Amino acid sequence: MAHILLRHRDIPDISNLEVYKKNGGFEAFKKAVTKMDPGDVTQVVKDSGLRGRGGAGFPTGMKWLFMDRDNWPHYVVANADESEPGTFKDREIMENNPFQFLEGVAIASYAVGAHAAYIYLRGEFWPVAAWLDEKIAEMEKAGYLGEKLFGTNYSLRIYTHLGAGAYICGEETALLESLEGKRGQPRLRPPFPPAYGLYGKPTVVNNVETLTNVPLIIANGADWYKSMGTADSAGVKIFSLSGRVKKPGNYELPFGTTFRQLIYEYGGGIIDDRPVKAIMAAGASSSIIKVDDQALDTPMDYASVRTLGADLGSASVIVIDDTVSMDWLLNKTIHFFKHESCGKCTPCREGNYWMLHLIERIHGGTGSAEDVELLKSVAKQIQGKCLCALGEFSTMAVVSAIERFPEDFKKAVHS
Amino acid sequence: MSLAEKYPEEIKRILAKYPPEHKRSALMPLLYLAQREKGYVDNHAMNEIAEMLEITPTEVAAMIGFYTLYHGEPAGKLRIQVCVDLPCALRGADKFLADLCANLGIEPGGTTADGLVTVEPVMCLAACDKAPVFQTQGPDGIAYHENMTVEKTMQLVEALRESGKEVK
Repeated sequence: MAHILLRHRDIPDISNLEVYKKNGGFEAFKKAVTKMDPGDVTQVVKDSGLRGRGGAGFPTGMKWLFMDRDNWPHYVVANADESEPGTFKDREIMENNPFQFLEGVAIASYAVGAHAAYIYLRGEFWPVAAWLDEKIAEMEKAGYLGEKLFGTNYSLRIYTHLGAGAYICGEETALLESLEGKRGQPRLRPPFPPAYGLYGKPTVVNNVETLTNVPLIIANGADWYKSMGTADSAGVKIFSLSGRVKKPGNYELPFGTTFRQLIYEYGGGIIDDRPVKAIMAAGASSSIIKVDDQALDTPMDYASVRTLGADLGSASVIVIDDTVSMDWLLNKTIHFFKHESCGKCTPCREGNYWMLHLIERIHGGTGSAEDVELLKSVAKQIQGKCLCALGEFSTMAVVSAIERFPEDFKKAVHS
Repeated sequence: MSLAEKYPEEIKRILAKYPPEHKRSALMPLLYLAQREKGYVDNHAMNEIAEMLEITPTEVAAMIGFYTLYHGEPAGKLRIQVCVDLPCALRGADKFLADLCANLGIEPGGTTADGLVTVEPVMCLAACDKAPVFQTQGPDGIAYHENMTVEKTMQLVEALRESGKEVK
């Protein structure tokens, strides 16, 4: 099947403006601005069943509908902070199919009446931001951005903004704080960004992959999009496959593809042909799936993955084989969250500090069975007590690893 | 020389991106500008940026402390930042970092005796399928180096050492 998002794999020069145009580029944006009401554009996206690809899976059209119409100006912010360990899809899109992403930003902006849009990229994407700046300049020159587009009264500017190394800025309200020139710490919600966003104005924050879907949905219609994927999860998804597989990489597949297909058909199986022990489907924030045949044959869509006691999240599938012990793995994830906790909420800030001490002891061979219980207890006490999801995420691997792989911890505290 | 004297055009371009009444948004790009030359933001630049954006120097300093890509202290001319997060570690990143540091005769986080290179472990760089991976942070910005070996990295360091120019 031809790619919908990773179209550069079928059309190698699609980052060239003329090539993009020849392949239908900017037709959707033109159609939206010249022939459709903003509300109709939103309706098509809503009907398509498109859900946010950043991890939360919130229906995109609904988010657009929530924009407060009594408070102006409106903003669109593209979340290109891509920082979840195991996720590397947005970078491939922006580097190789930049115009489709930018056209998605433009259509979203038209749909919600925004005249300025910001792309917030993680600081590490410095060269990507410079590249997007070039592409934005090309669009301005060709009349796809700027004043009075397509002879209408609609005007739009898109700007890039670089973060500076903070996982928390992928959380949308922390991202907005950062974009305002402040430390990236989440806001109390509600109000949500469509009511109170950038500079206190209604703001839509959408992930890069989400927005890159939009031009083809407008061009081909909601039914076309819904014909792919599953009832619960429409369309295609980029699965970032990493860990102990032979061919790690991004694979664009319909929702509902099984873990087995992804790992064995596309990923080439496990290094040294060892057995799969566990899967983290949502990066470091995952509950860890203990793998058996039933798990491998589970379709990857939001609802089905939940039946395994886990979430699909941003579909950053980290594969773990039987050479890996869970105490080693938790030492990695807890180090990450301890470093990335923004410090605002006490349970997350202090809890991760103590979890780190405990896992270092357990993994270092000086821990006891009580330490393992205490680690689980600290994790459970973080849950449900933080402003944003980071606190919650930091506990997912901890609790699930201890509950689902008790033998690994028994070995760690006895060795 | 002040930033305003050194980079008048860049500053103008940065400020133009944001509504004039929200010029504090320019803080992050201005910090990148401030550390372009020496690899860190000194007090002088911190004060100048605070004045430019009508905020306190403390608010500027808090940003440098919060975000890992801003630096308040000098280090090697080039920072080699190796991802050792879970997906990369599953593909040998820890060993790569240890071997690289051993080859350079430094500890992780340390700087070579000639002040050329600092090697630091960092969190996920969004290139998990191309581990071992590191980014270099230097005067010309940030660049990715993917599917790396210690040998390739040592060649890169040697090339820098010889040219001297690129890491000025």
